[in-house]
Amino acid sequence: MSGDVAQLAHDLRARRVSAAELVREALAAARRRADLNAFVTLLDDAAADAASQCADAALAAGTASPLAGIPFAHKDIFCTNGMRTTCASRMLENFVPPYDATVVERLRGAGAVAIGKANMDEFAMGSSNENSYFGPVRNPWDAARVPGGSSGGSAAAVAAGIVPFATGTDTGGSIRQPAAFCGITGLKPTYGRVSRFGMIAYASSLDCGGVLARSAADCAQVLAAIAGHDARDATSVARPVDDYVAALGGDVAGLRIGVARQYFGGGVDGGVAAIVHAMLREFEKLGARLVDVDLPNAALAIPAYYVIAPAEASSNLARYDGVRYGHRCADPTTLEDLYTRSRAEGFGAEVKRRILVGTYALSAGYYDAYYLRAQRARRLIAEDFARAFAEVDLVAGPTAPTVAFKLGEKSGDPLAMYAADVNTVAVNLAGLPAISIPAGFSDGQPVGLQLVAPAFAEARLLNASHRVQLATDWHLRKPAR
Amino acid sequence: MSIDHTTTRRVARLARIAVDDAELPRLADELARVLELADELERAPLAGVAPMAHPLAQTLTWRDDAATEPDRAEALLALAPDSRGGLYLVPKVIG
Amino acid sequence: MSGRPAWQPVIGLEIHTQLSTASKLFSGAPTAYGAEPNTQASLVDVALPGTLPVPNRAALEKAIRFGLAIGASIAPHSVFARKNYFYPDLPKGYQISQYELPVVSDGRMTVRVEDGRTIEVAIQRAHLEEDAGKSLHDAFHAASGIDLNRAGVPLLEIVSAPVLHSAAEAVAYMRTVHTLVRWLGICDGNMQEGSFRCDANVSVRPLGETRLGTRTEIKNVNSFRFVEKAIEYEIERQIRALENGETIVQETRLYDAAHHRTRPMRGKEDADDYRYFPDPDLPPLVVTEADIAAVAAAMPELPEARRRRYIETLGLSESDAQQLCADKPTSDYFEAMLALLPGAAKPAANWVLGELAAALNEAALAIEHTRIPAPMLAGLVARVRDGTISGKNAKDVFAAMWAGEGDADAIIAARGLRQISDDGAIQAAVEAVLGEFPGQVADYAAHPEKQEKLLQFFVGQVMKKTRGQANPQQLLAVLRDRLRAALDA
Repeated sequence: MSGDVAQLAHDLRARRVSAAELVREALAAARRRADLNAFVTLLDDAAADAASQCADAALAAGTASPLAGIPFAHKDIFCTNGMRTTCASRMLENFVPPYDATVVERLRGAGAVAIGKANMDEFAMGSSNENSYFGPVRNPWDAARVPGGSSGGSAAAVAAGIVPFATGTDTGGSIRQPAAFCGITGLKPTYGRVSRFGMIAYASSLDCGGVLARSAADCAQVLAAIAGHDARDATSVARPVDDYVAALGGDVAGLRIGVARQYFGGGVDGGVAAIVHAMLREFEKLGARLVDVDLPNAALAIPAYYVIAPAEASSNLARYDGVRYGHRCADPTTLEDLYTRSRAEGFGAEVKRRILVGTYALSAGYYDAYYLRAQRARRLIAEDFARAFAEVDLVAGPTAPTVAFKLGEKSGDPLAMYAADVNTVAVNLAGLPAISIPAGFSDGQPVGLQLVAPAFAEARLLNASHRVQLATDWHLRKPAR
Repeated sequence: MSIDHTTTRRVARLARIAVDDAELPRLADELARVLELADELERAPLAGVAPMAHPLAQTLTWRDDAATEPDRAEALLALAPDSRGGLYLVPKVIG
Repeated sequence: MSGRPAWQPVIGLEIHTQLSTASKLFSGAPTAYGAEPNTQASLVDVALPGTLPVPNRAALEKAIRFGLAIGASIAPHSVFARKNYFYPDLPKGYQISQYELPVVSDGRMTVRVEDGRTIEVAIQRAHLEEDAGKSLHDAFHAASGIDLNRAGVPLLEIVSAPVLHSAAEAVAYMRTVHTLVRWLGICDGNMQEGSFRCDANVSVRPLGETRLGTRTEIKNVNSFRFVEKAIEYEIERQIRALENGETIVQETRLYDAAHHRTRPMRGKEDADDYRYFPDPDLPPLVVTEADIAAVAAAMPELPEARRRRYIETLGLSESDAQQLCADKPTSDYFEAMLALLPGAAKPAANWVLGELAAALNEAALAIEHTRIPAPMLAGLVARVRDGTISGKNAKDVFAAMWAGEGDADAIIAARGLRQISDDGAIQAAVEAVLGEFPGQVADYAAHPEKQEKLLQFFVGQVMKKTRGQANPQQLLAVLRDRLRAALDA
C-alpha cells in the first residue's frame, strides 16, 4: 500500500480501487510480511469483506467520511468487540471482549476498516517490543533491530506499507519512539483528548491513545476521528475538538521553536543530534525561529516516571486474578494459589518487575519517599514546560537518544532500556501533546525529531510538521522491501 | 541500595505473584536497581512542592443517577474460567 | 471487690449505609435488591480491561445532605482513593474509597440514651466508597460463588469518634443514625437486606486513663440487638482478659449469635497494607457553595427540629412528639392532617398514635401503605370536632373506613350516625324521658347527693330513646337546665 490516507481516499472516490480491494491487499501484505511479526490477530477474509462492504456502500452513496474504506491496524491494547484482545500477554491470550473501546467505535463510525490487532510490548510496558508473549516485532528497516515500543507492531505495520495508519498508545513514549525508530510519524495527543474507555490501562494518569501514520496530514485525519469528550471516561476532556485538517496548511513563519540543551545530553548519539539539528534548520527556512530554552528538572523525569507508572500499573493490573476472565492456572487448590500462580504464569518478566516496583513504592513506609516524591518531581517537570511555553510555541529535540538498537542488545538490562526513554517520558508526566516526525538517517537507520506543544495545541504540532513535510521528503522514504 | 529476600517476598505476596526461591536473588536485585533510579529524586528541590496526581487541572464531572446498563450476565459469565449457577467460582474461602 | 479497678469501655462505630440511588456509584448498573446473581453487574462492575469509573451525582448529593444534617464540614476539595487488596468480591483488586480527604468531616449528633440521658456524639467523617460483591460459601462443595450485583453500590461510611462508653450508648447512637438516614431519604435502613451495616471498634481502659487500649473490631453484625449483645460480650471479655493479666490482641472478630459470643475471624491474614493513593481515573471532587446551597434548599425539616416544634409550638407532649418523629412517613402523615385541621394537633396526634397505629400494627402495614390516607382521617376528626358524630361513634366509623366502606361522611350517612344536635329534638327527648320517670325527677330534687348518678341515668335514657345519637354535650346542657328549672319550680 503505497498511498497515504489522502491519496487512498481520492482513489476510492475516483473508483480506481474499492474498499474491499484495499482491505484484501492490506491483509495479503500482512501475511506476506509475517516475518515482521507485527500482528497478533488478523481478520479473516470473510470478516474483512463484510467490513469493507459498508464502506463501499457509503462511498457509492456519497455519504462516506474521509477515512471510509481505509484499512488500518489497532494496537492490541484497544478492546475490539468479538475480536481477541491480548495486550500481547499470556494473561489475555484468549480474551475476547464483548465491547469496543471508544477509539474503536469512532474509527468504525468513520468507516475505516481494522484488518487486525498489532503486536506490542506486554501491557504497554517496554521500549522495544521485545516484551511480547507472541514474540518480538522486527524493524522493517533492519530485521535485526527492534522497531521500538510499546507500539512496535503498529509502527512496523505502517513503515512496511501494510496499512497507511495504526492506532497506538503512549505512556512514556510508546508512540513517538517506535515512530522514530521506524521512520514514520507518530502523534501523542494531550492527556484526556482521546478517550481511554476500552483502552487497557497501564498507567492511568499517563496513558494516551494516538496514531502512527506516514505523515502529519494523515495523523490529523485520524485524530479528527478519535478525539473528543467521552462520558465513559471521567478524565476525558470536554473541550471542543479543533479542526486539525483545516489547520494543517497554516503559515509557520515566526513560529518560535525551543531547543533545550537537556534534550541533547550526553546519552544522545552524535549522529542523531546532527540529523535533528539539520531538520531544525528546515524549520528555520520556513520562517521559524529557534530559541534556547531550559528544562532544568529534565533529569528527574526518568526516576519519576519509573515510580509513578509502575505504581499505577501495580494497581491497574490487580484485576487480572483468574476469576472473571483471562488466564487461570490449572487446578488451583486455594484462593491464594489461584491468584499467585495465575498471575505468575500470566505475566511476563517486565510486567512482573514493574508490578513489584510499583507495589513497593506504594507500600507502608515507602509511599512518601517514592510515590509522593515522584509526584512532586512531576509538578516541577510540568512547570518547566509551562515556563518554556511562555517563551516558545514548541519545544524540539531528538525523540530518542539513539537509532533503533539491535534485538537483544538492551533486553537483558532493564535500566539501560529505561534510559532510552529520556526524551519522551517528561511529556507524559506533564500531560502534553507531542509528535515524532522522520528527520533523516544515521548509520542507515531512521532518526526522529520530537516536537512538544502546550496542552491542546495538537493543531500547532500538526501544522508545523505538515509544513516541514511539504518541504522535505524524509517521511516519504520507505524501507527496501 | 539492596532489597533483602524477606522484603521481596513480602512485596510479591502483596502483589499476589508467586515467586520461587530460585528467582528471589534476581528479583531482589532488579527491584533494588530500579528503586535506585528513584533515589535520584532525593536530591531534587522538592520541598514545598505539591504532589501532582493528575497532569491537567481537571475536576470531577458527574453522571446523572439512572440505571442505564442492561443485564449482560450471560455474555460476561461466559468470559470466566469457572462459573456455575450464575456465579463466578473460586476455591472455597474460609472465614 | 474493693481492689477491682473500674474499667471504661471505649467504643467507636463505623456504619456503612447503602445510599438509595437508582444506579451504582461508578457505573450505570441498577442497585435494586434481590436480583438474580450477576444480572446487575456491568462491564465496569466486573472490572473488565479498559473499563473506567464514572461517578454518580446523586451519591454526592446524599453525602452532602447527611453532612448538612449533622452540622459537619463539607470539603470543597476531596479525593477518591484506591484501597488495594485482593478478595474475590472485589473485582478490580481495589476499592474506590476516600482516604485523606473525605467529603464530610467533623459533625455531631444528639443521642437520647434509654436511661434518659442525652449524649453528644462526634462524627469524625463520612465518606463515599463502593460496596463489594457477595461471596457465597455454602453454594458449592469445594468452591465459593461470587455474585457481583452488590459490587459498586454506593456506600456512605459514617465514622464516629471513640466517644461511646457502653453498649447501650452505642446502640442508641446507631438507632439515631438509622432514623436520620431514613428520614433524609438517603438510605432505606433495611438491615436484613444489608443496606445498613455496623462495625464496632471496642476497647477498654482503666477509668481515668486517657490513652486508648488495644481495640478489636467486630464486623458483620446486622441488627440492633446483636450489636448490643456483641459489644456487651466483648467488653466483658476484654475486662476479664486484662484482669487475668492477658493482653488484648488487635484483631477482627465476628458475633456468633448462636453461642452469644464474639470470636476471631478465621483465616484473616495479618493486616493488609492497603497502599492508598489518589485514584488516577478520577480527578478531585469539587463542591461549591452553590452545590451545598442547592442541597440545603431541598433538605427536609430534620427530626430533632420537628420534634421541638411539636412540643413548643403545637403543645404536644414529649412522648407524643417523640413517637410522631420516629420516622418521616409518620410525621409527614401527621403534617398532612394538620394542614387540613389547623389547631387540632392534639386530636390528630391521638388518632395517629392511637387508632391508626393499632390498625396498622394489626394489619402489619407500614404507614406508607395505610388504608386510610391522611386527608380521609382528617375528615373523620373534623366530623368529631364539629359535633356531627360522637367520639364513641367515631371509632366505629374509623373501623368502617379501614374496611373500605368509604369516607367519614359516606359512612355516617349510610349508618345514620349523625348526632342529634338540634336543640328542639333534644328538648323533646328530654321532656319525654322526664315525663316517663317522674319518680327519679322528684328524687333528683329531694336528694342532692344522688344528682350526679340520676343525671347519668337520665342521659342513658335519652340516649336509648335517640338510639345513641343525641349530642352528649348538648344533651347534658339541656338536661341540667331542665332539671334546675324543675328544682326551682
